[in-house]
Amino acid sequence: MTVADFAFYIIAVSTVTGGVFTVVSKDPVQSVIWLVLTFSSAAGLFILLGAEFVAVLMIVVYVGAVAVMFIGVVRIIDVDFNLSKHKPLKHFRLALLIGVILLFELALVLGVWYMSQNAEISVRPEMNDVQNNSATGSIIYDNYAYLIYACGLILLVAGVGSIVLTRRRHAGGNRQNVAAQMHRDPAGTKGIINLKQGQGL
Amino acid sequence: MIGIEHYLVVGAILFVLGMSGIFLHRKNLIFILMSFELILLAVIINLVAFSTFWNDLAGQVFAVFVLIVAAAQTAIGLVILLCFLRKPGVINVDDINVMKG
Repeated sequence: MTVADFAFYIIAVSTVTGGVFTVVSKDPVQSVIWLVLTFSSAAGLFILLGAEFVAVLMIVVYVGAVAVMFIGVVRIIDVDFNLSKHKPLKHFRLALLIGVILLFELALVLGVWYMSQNAEISVRPEMNDVQNNSATGSIIYDNYAYLIYACGLILLVAGVGSIVLTRRRHAGGNRQNVAAQMHRDPAGTKGIINLKQGQGL
Repeated sequence: MIGIEHYLVVGAILFVLGMSGIFLHRKNLIFILMSFELILLAVIINLVAFSTFWNDLAGQVFAVFVLIVAAAQTAIGLVILLCFLRKPGVINVDDINVMKG
């Protein structure tokens, strides 16, 4: 067993362990931290596969942005999860049954698959000559330029949508009411109060 | 020697974990979003594994696209969660229709 094989087994066990505890854990903060372990280990798997660009993107996007966003939302909302009352793990048998059935089906697929003879490989750079980053970048911008534009549009819609959804709507709208500001009477709004020392209002 | 099947098994296990996580926490929106992240991670692992073992970089490009869409989806999901939680109470998917209108 070479070092790469050993590294694969270590990282794969770490990935699966992180996944299991993400699902099983009752506290959402712990679950997010296990999710971070899963994503970091998956980045290790991608490095073993030779896909450095996806590995770095995994760390930056998932660990750096998505996991922090999850933790931020979990801490902001401060929901009383009330673990004993609601019993989040009461569907454990159903989940286990569905998991076992799915795993069985996937094992059936994995046993007998083969690649079609008619399948043609579309993009084949010389991966030994070019580094992975530059090869991936040139394929993205040469062959899939419109798709990357569409992805930018999706991100724009997500950003605008999140702002629109979280905007608080007041009764009169968020506009500045100039007439109300101009007609405000200063006499009714400000005054001088003599406070004695040691006493409040 | 580590073949493609090893990576596919890891992806399959992660997919099954995410799928059963949705059923395990089917009342709790945060856990459902995290399980969905696991499912998309399994998809990305499969794409990158096939891409490497057939020396075809298009798989890695599509892994990048899946990652972008997953990030946008998570952002929108968490924002919907925040909107929903202006109403006091627990995160229960059954009550999500209070947001209609």
